[in-house]
Amino acid sequence: MSGSFKLDGREIPFRDGQTILQAAQDAGQDIPHLCYHPDFKPHGSCKVCSVRIDGRTAASCTTPARDGMQVDSNVPEVNEERRTLLQMLFVEGNHFCPSCEKSGACRLQATAYQVQMVSPHFDHFFPDRPVDASHPDYLLDTNRCILCSLCVRASRDVDGKNVFALSGRGIRTHLIVNAASGRLGDTDFSAGDKAAHVCPVGVILKKRVGFAVPIGQRPFDLAPAEE
Amino acid sequence: MADVTLPAKFRVATASLAGCFGCHMSFLDIDERLFDLVKHVEFDRSPLTDIKHVGKCDIGLIEGGVCNTENVHVLREFRHNCRILVAVGACAINGGLPAQRNHLPLEGVLQEVYQTSPGLAAGLIPDDPELPLPLDKVHPLHEVVHVDYVIPGCPPSADAIWSVLGDLIAGREPALAQRLIHFD
Amino acid sequence: MNELSTRIDPSRIVNRVVAHHDGDVHELVQILREVQEALDWISPETIDCLVAALGVPRTKIEAVAGFYSFFYLVPRGRYRVLFSDNITDRMAGSEALKNRMCRNLWIEPGKVSEDGLVSVDLTSCTGMCDQGPGMLVNNRAITRLDDARLDAICELIRDTVPLEQWPADFFRVDSNVRRADMLLGGDMAPGAAMKAATTRGAAGMLEELRLAGLRGRGGAGFATATKWSMCREAAGEAHYVVCNADEGEPGTFKDRVLLTERPDLVFEGMTLCAQVLGAQRGFLYLRGEYRYLLDALQAVLERRRTAGLLGRSIMGIDGFDFDIRIHIGAGAYVCGEESALIESLEGKRGTPRNRPPFPVTCGYRDQPTVVNNVETFASAALIGLHGGVWFAAVGSGQSAGTKLLSVSGDCERPGIYEYPFGVTIAQVLEDCGAEDTQAVQVGGPSGMCIAASEFSRRIAFEDVPTAGAFMAFGAQRDMFDVARNFTRFFAHESCGFCTPCRVGTSLLNNLMDKLARGQGSPYDFSEIEKLNRRLQSLSHCGLGHSACNPVLETIAKFRSSYERRLVHTDYVPAFDLDRALSAARQMTRRKDAGAHIGEDS
Repeated sequence: MSGSFKLDGREIPFRDGQTILQAAQDAGQDIPHLCYHPDFKPHGSCKVCSVRIDGRTAASCTTPARDGMQVDSNVPEVNEERRTLLQMLFVEGNHFCPSCEKSGACRLQATAYQVQMVSPHFDHFFPDRPVDASHPDYLLDTNRCILCSLCVRASRDVDGKNVFALSGRGIRTHLIVNAASGRLGDTDFSAGDKAAHVCPVGVILKKRVGFAVPIGQRPFDLAPAEE
Repeated sequence: MADVTLPAKFRVATASLAGCFGCHMSFLDIDERLFDLVKHVEFDRSPLTDIKHVGKCDIGLIEGGVCNTENVHVLREFRHNCRILVAVGACAINGGLPAQRNHLPLEGVLQEVYQTSPGLAAGLIPDDPELPLPLDKVHPLHEVVHVDYVIPGCPPSADAIWSVLGDLIAGREPALAQRLIHFD
Repeated sequence: MNELSTRIDPSRIVNRVVAHHDGDVHELVQILREVQEALDWISPETIDCLVAALGVPRTKIEAVAGFYSFFYLVPRGRYRVLFSDNITDRMAGSEALKNRMCRNLWIEPGKVSEDGLVSVDLTSCTGMCDQGPGMLVNNRAITRLDDARLDAICELIRDTVPLEQWPADFFRVDSNVRRADMLLGGDMAPGAAMKAATTRGAAGMLEELRLAGLRGRGGAGFATATKWSMCREAAGEAHYVVCNADEGEPGTFKDRVLLTERPDLVFEGMTLCAQVLGAQRGFLYLRGEYRYLLDALQAVLERRRTAGLLGRSIMGIDGFDFDIRIHIGAGAYVCGEESALIESLEGKRGTPRNRPPFPVTCGYRDQPTVVNNVETFASAALIGLHGGVWFAAVGSGQSAGTKLLSVSGDCERPGIYEYPFGVTIAQVLEDCGAEDTQAVQVGGPSGMCIAASEFSRRIAFEDVPTAGAFMAFGAQRDMFDVARNFTRFFAHESCGFCTPCRVGTSLLNNLMDKLARGQGSPYDFSEIEKLNRRLQSLSHCGLGHSACNPVLETIAKFRSSYERRLVHTDYVPAFDLDRALSAARQMTRRKDAGAHIGEDS
């Protein structure tokens, strides 16, 4: 089935099998998102790409486009909901941007700017989460993990390695690595892996390049996510 | 032509709790706009005035998180006296750098700092009643009192501070432009 | 409980269990359960063995084992005691019993005793609300707890008496059938419905289901005839029949009773479905709390195989091959959601899938699959025997047939009541001997809270739909406490996949606790309302969507029980400031006034 739908009043064409987000991106109209990545099967967990479809709310990354549907994305109520979701992610982990190498290149942060989130609003969980520096080339700081599972999907589906997985349940869900020691250095993870390059936040970080690009000159500092 | 009565000046107070005064420095970075500002505001308690206790104010600006008893007292005093309370900067908004100790038990922190760190003689943990006692965790302002507005950044840019103050003085709902929203 | 568990070589156990499951990683949840039953927990060494035996990465094992409440990646003692934490258990005194046990055994709740003997913790409703308080010891259900029974259990644990030697009466589970109708009252001979249905053929059976107007008993009420025919028409390499006996909704226990009293009816319904679909394999997904039913159910399946009602050429019909396997859950309410249940059947984390596609076209192993409730299959069997017109004559309006209600809470005669659809709440309350009732929670935490002014409403899809829970609350109960218990349940059971439910249920739980501690203000109340709206709008599956129900419903109907807890006008912290100083006070030995913080004034 192909056809077109209306996104914030604009006509968006779609091809057979496309989701709302895919069709919107092809038409040059982005919808804020975190766990979606064009190289992987849509997952639909972060819910930041949620839109109103004929009055109902659904994740645009997993909802198939249908001819004639009315989709509202950049409207106050939906952006308000997105702000809440981002605030939830910020208080769930430990996100101290000023000390994070990913600051300015972080999709969580850029999306927060995009939807004008100025504070985390809720009470913080301040969880105790591990930092793992055992790998020679990469650092793993799970304080910033938002459980988007992009690294899980990349390692499993592209690298064929299963270095990462999510374990636990509910608020105790957490990232694990494929080693009895629980250390990244004891896995076969390597710099060439797709999984080394998909983390939208500052969990999987290359070593020895810290602050090579000063804060203020990083990708989202220069070209913010669409306003 | 009748005299135009200028509205009374906005009374503004500022303080730094568990912060580094970087937000205050950034505030001073509004540079020559300070001259415009003082036409509209007068300062109550602030490092600029050296007033020790905050009086009735329109706007209270607080940088830094809440890490000890003194912070709690100052914050409460501000909340009681300021019509509008604004959390300024990362530490006030999410605990910031001081909150990086939150996953460590306070006992261990105090021991490490005063007793077991290499190079320390077997020291005492300071117990002078004059000293504020640390809380087990560092909290952002909004977890202790109601906060009306925030200005994010570490520090917030002078433009961001100017923008929010300008909105408040003009009686507008503060709305930072996306380019002024920064967490770093 | 395994006395020698520390000395048992895990590789021997793992290899035996894995071989028993043909090394199929789709059986991972069953493999983990059986391995843990032998070894008490799933140690790193055990995981090494599983990795070797199954040829899967360690992350796979840890991801799955870490999802389910009843799998332990850290040792939890040789006796693992879990108190059922439904509101009905609490009303029956479970909290005091838990504290008594912890005192008695010198342990802290949630922690393992220093000698590694025992741990005491909470678990979601174990489905024994009509004979609570309930508990699980090493996943064996124990009922009717009181001080004497509890002290005896402590004694048995201290003396390390194996569970098999504990008094049988501790494990006695009564059916408590108080009112029987067509499902619980009949005495259909095994095979009778299949005989009748076989003469009609698949199309005939579907037509009878349609005439019957049978709708799914899990709560959503989807037309069974439509589901079966959609699945039958869906192309696939194989079709599957799945019976959802993951009866996790707190306050519900009717599937336990159906599977105890009328297992043949359930299996016969599944077999009828298999015949319609052309399915060769079926699963009964039995919740882990009902593990004690396994042997009896296996015996029924074996008897049916011997009678030619399961297996190859059923009833002598060439090509009618179908068999049923029992899959035991491991403590995850979300697996009652059909797509999460399928994930779990496939040996994965019980995360609900994105839909569409729906299970009828893309279910177990991505093949067309019918997932129905226990009661639905049992009703289908009766329709197979008596026909659709007979069935449709019972019930009301859009709701044909009968409904089993699991009645518990403040009433004289808790148990199972089977009514024709359309019965009023008031009638049920009268029959079960409930007096001075202020509210009934119908359908469990995810269902509806019915206030006294609404007791003339009827149990029916078009009025008060329910999967079967019916908890009565007397005038002495505080409905805020009820909602708080349910909120904690949802936070505990959230699968963690989507942001709004994972974080939102915990935030909500924290706010409800804040109100309960006397730290509430109108701000917190508005936050509670906002979070509920977000949960409702943004969640991935029904768990998140309905996690807001208990609070929204009780706010709407018992607002004063919230308002009473908004004791502060202005915001106060959710933590006790003075207590937050206690570590520093202890370290500095300060006792002066400056070492304390009072309430804000």
